Amino acid sequence: MKEEIFTRVKNVVAEQLEVDEKEITPEANFAGDLGADSLDTVELVMALEEEFDIEIPDEAAEKIATVQAAVDYISSKLEEDDAAA
Amino acid sequence: MVSLQLKRVVVTGLGAITPIGNNLAEYWAGLCSGRNGIADITLFDASQHACRFGGEVKGFDPYEYLPRKEGKKMDRFAQFAVAASKQALADAKFEINDLNAEQVGIIIGSGVGGLKVMEEQKAILLSRGPRKCSPFTVPMMISNMAAGLTAIHTGAKGPNTCTVTACAAGSNAIGDAFRWVQRGDVKAAICGGTESPITPLSVAGFASAKALSTRNQDPATASRPFDRDRDGFVIGEGTGILLIEELESALERGARIYGEIVGYGMTCDAYHMTQPVPGGVGATRAIELALQDAGLTPEQVSYINAHGTSTPANDSTETKAIKKALGESAYKVAISSTKSMTGHLLGGSGGIEAVATVMALVNDRVPPTINLTNPDPDCDLDYVPNESRPLKVEVALSNSFGFGGHNVTLAFRKYV
Repeated sequence: MKEEIFTRVKNVVAEQLEVDEKEITPEANFAGDLGADSLDTVELVMALEEEFDIEIPDEAAEKIATVQAAVDYISSKLEEDDAAA
Repeated sequence: MVSLQLKRVVVTGLGAITPIGNNLAEYWAGLCSGRNGIADITLFDASQHACRFGGEVKGFDPYEYLPRKEGKKMDRFAQFAVAASKQALADAKFEINDLNAEQVGIIIGSGVGGLKVMEEQKAILLSRGPRKCSPFTVPMMISNMAAGLTAIHTGAKGPNTCTVTACAAGSNAIGDAFRWVQRGDVKAAICGGTESPITPLSVAGFASAKALSTRNQDPATASRPFDRDRDGFVIGEGTGILLIEELESALERGARIYGEIVGYGMTCDAYHMTQPVPGGVGATRAIELALQDAGLTPEQVSYINAHGTSTPANDSTETKAIKKALGESAYKVAISSTKSMTGHLLGGSGGIEAVATVMALVNDRVPPTINLTNPDPDCDLDYVPNESRPLKVEVALSNSFGFGGHNVTLAFRKYV
């Protein structure tokens, strides 16, 4: 599950930030390692919302600094949604 | 009161992205051969529009000039501007570095800015709500971003601004930059105009204003300035950029000099939002002021690159203005509207037409007005019909007039 989410996050990040997939490790920091500025980060969160059909509130988005944090947030969100369904 | 010793200002680099060529050499070859840049619109589905053709830039690859990550966050008008500015710097062999960066200014005019992104994001706003609007909406849309991004991608840290005087914006940009260099505010400036207005809303709006040609059955002959059968302008896109420098510093670095900018005249009709004042008195004064600024007389003018939009009102009014400003000399000067080939690039037109005017000086050849088959009796000057012509060009003018009543004339002279 998490593996699949990671792959999909990686694809979105690679497209949005125009970085090589090799650089997109779980530890990679969007701003520090992958060159995202403040506007890129907002756009990236919107692209992840699209990809996973979820809503990421601003307060949560602010805490997502790394690829792993994004994967963790998305997987818990999807679990919540499954439980609710 | 400080008295200024005005500097001489020369053109040392040119860049062009146009409907008839995506660099200076292609553009000039196109102008000389009467190449037609007008065809059916491919940038969007125009099938429901009253006007379905325009002068599109063909085969432009922004990533020849920009990293992918940066380029995709720029509207087309800004991509064009950075590309043409880089061409002009390379053409002039002018390097911007830590020592001179603050002495290089930028003015790039644009009449309408990033309409495409604005229209797309408005559609998202209405269909999916405000949360789905891109964070790049505003930075991609605002007209001044062509100048801002050109600074980011060239390193020029001097004064930086944007003229937004509709179809006169490119000429205002060059004229204002000329003043900066003349006053000694900067040693060099990147200046010109850029536009990418071939979008659904813009074409619809201009068509509703009855400004556009609707010759959909034969787009190639739709832009026909000074012709009896003209029925409106043809919308185009692209950018023309000049690198201008203070003469002494250009000579010091051994720059190749294309020509000198010697005059800038501007007036306003104060009459109507879109129509020129009858008799063209505003345009007349702009031409007179440019000549006066340059210390030139009408008989010295060899060539005028006309505003020549192919609208019924402009071409006859501009003809009157030229006659009034130049007197008898109006009948001896060669005049052409290169919009017959490129279409009308709005804020971009002053840029590409200044490039054409300077190239006419350099090459002693004047580009033609194509599609001029049945001259309007009210347009009885020499418009260089259909074929370019060798002509000793000592002094050349470029006219640009914009919605809002803005009238601008630039004067260029051979450098000796």
